[in-house]
Amino acid sequence: MKYAYFPGCSLHSTAKEYDISARAVAGALGIELLEIPDWVCCGATPAHLTLHLLSLALPVKNLLAAKKLGNYEVATCCAACFSRLKIANKFMEDDLEHRGNVEEIVGAKYSGEVKVRHFLDILVNVFGLKNINQRVTKKLSGLKVACYYGCLLTRPPEVTQLDDLEDPHLMDDLMKIIGAEPVQWPYKTECCGASFSLTKTDIVLKLSGDILQMAQDEGAQAIVVACPLCQSNLDLRQGMINKQYKKKFNIPVFYFTQLLGLALGIEGTKLGLEKHLVNPLPLLREKGIIAKR
Amino acid sequence: MKFFISQDIIKSSFLETLQKDCGEKVSHCYQCGKCSAGCPIAFQMDYLPNQIMRLVQLGMEEQVLTSKTIWLCASCLTCTCRCPREIDIAEIMDYLRRRAYQKQLIPLEETEIPLFNKIFLKNIELFGRLYEMGLIGMFNILSGNFFKDMALAPKMFLKQKIGIFPHRINNLKELRLIFKKSGKLAKAKRNRLLHPKLIILNLFRKVIGKIEGLK
Repeated sequence: MKYAYFPGCSLHSTAKEYDISARAVAGALGIELLEIPDWVCCGATPAHLTLHLLSLALPVKNLLAAKKLGNYEVATCCAACFSRLKIANKFMEDDLEHRGNVEEIVGAKYSGEVKVRHFLDILVNVFGLKNINQRVTKKLSGLKVACYYGCLLTRPPEVTQLDDLEDPHLMDDLMKIIGAEPVQWPYKTECCGASFSLTKTDIVLKLSGDILQMAQDEGAQAIVVACPLCQSNLDLRQGMINKQYKKKFNIPVFYFTQLLGLALGIEGTKLGLEKHLVNPLPLLREKGIIAKR
Repeated sequence: MKFFISQDIIKSSFLETLQKDCGEKVSHCYQCGKCSAGCPIAFQMDYLPNQIMRLVQLGMEEQVLTSKTIWLCASCLTCTCRCPREIDIAEIMDYLRRRAYQKQLIPLEETEIPLFNKIFLKNIELFGRLYEMGLIGMFNILSGNFFKDMALAPKMFLKQKIGIFPHRINNLKELRLIFKKSGKLAKAKRNRLLHPKLIILNLFRKVIGKIEGLK
């Protein structure tokens, strides 16, 4: 199994542990991730609300680079990159006017033929839960997790074609297979404030604080995410949330790849667990998932 | 809210232009309010999303383009997915922001978000990939929040979550051509991506705010 891999900017900086753990998991399962050479930023939110054509041209440039790599589908871990790449593909397939303009900008023909998949989708739907189950060496028994999907993984459904819109379950299914207990909670697809992390921090603190509160109220000991922005808002900003709203949250926020890695018997140090600001090690030790010191 | 709507406004072509440009039928909106009910940021907005739709229907371009709402929209797409009339409200918000850029209509408040977007894109144009240190530094200086998130910085360095130097891609020429051509085709002047007027206005407001805070 080979994929052209598009890490995205976050996975090379604030979400390094997502990149590390995704590669570790892929390695353990025999999925080959070939990084797209000289990839550029997908433009994220600022592009699509400033220059529409630019927000299509940047992903298309990456997809063209992936096409040169060989006849592979593109795998990406970041929910925002996933959404931008998929939306660009959709426009290039259906919208002739936009296709013409974008082709002129990037100087090549392209009509949306390079398929894009989220790494979660690859694991659950392509590799298969049954196959993962066979490779699990350590069940994460007793770990109650809230699976948090955020905005862009499932929305808009006609573009992402990934999961149920209001009540997605891919990550919950994966967590069940590796022995963790996903809690039922209503904030699976609420917004964390995402791109306002720097500009409107107050909004992010409120929205992310609400998410943490709901997860705690429903009995979750940790939150599992599939998006680097969700993770940074819930983890990096947790201290500030505690200060602002006089709370005492101490909820580790994992990437699904990290928990899967632990279940596959990969060492915690190779999954970037030490990079979180809310230290997850005490919880993992308490549950007997990693060795006690 | 009370508005006086003149004949000129109602007869303006704003609604038609918008519907033609982004292919969304705003005229289908029957004001059920589902978009506003699900909007996570509605509590901060001056007009709720459904009110923006109504203002668009009535052709009230200036109110819409200078509203806080269009900049506060986080593009989470909840409204788009739930609209019973299948209007892509998030796309309309995008369109309105792009139009505000083109018309140089700077909102009276919430200038930080357009400023951030401009710095972000400039950053990509320079390096090809996001250079977070540069982005945060530039944003803090130009927005006047000099010491924002300084407490987080040492932790981020220790955990190697943020690099000191940018990572440049190899083929920057090709990338810059993409930026140039996109601006040209969209008929948006590129220097508007980082307009001094916006920055000075922003800094000025911050300094005034600080002085008033001291009193």
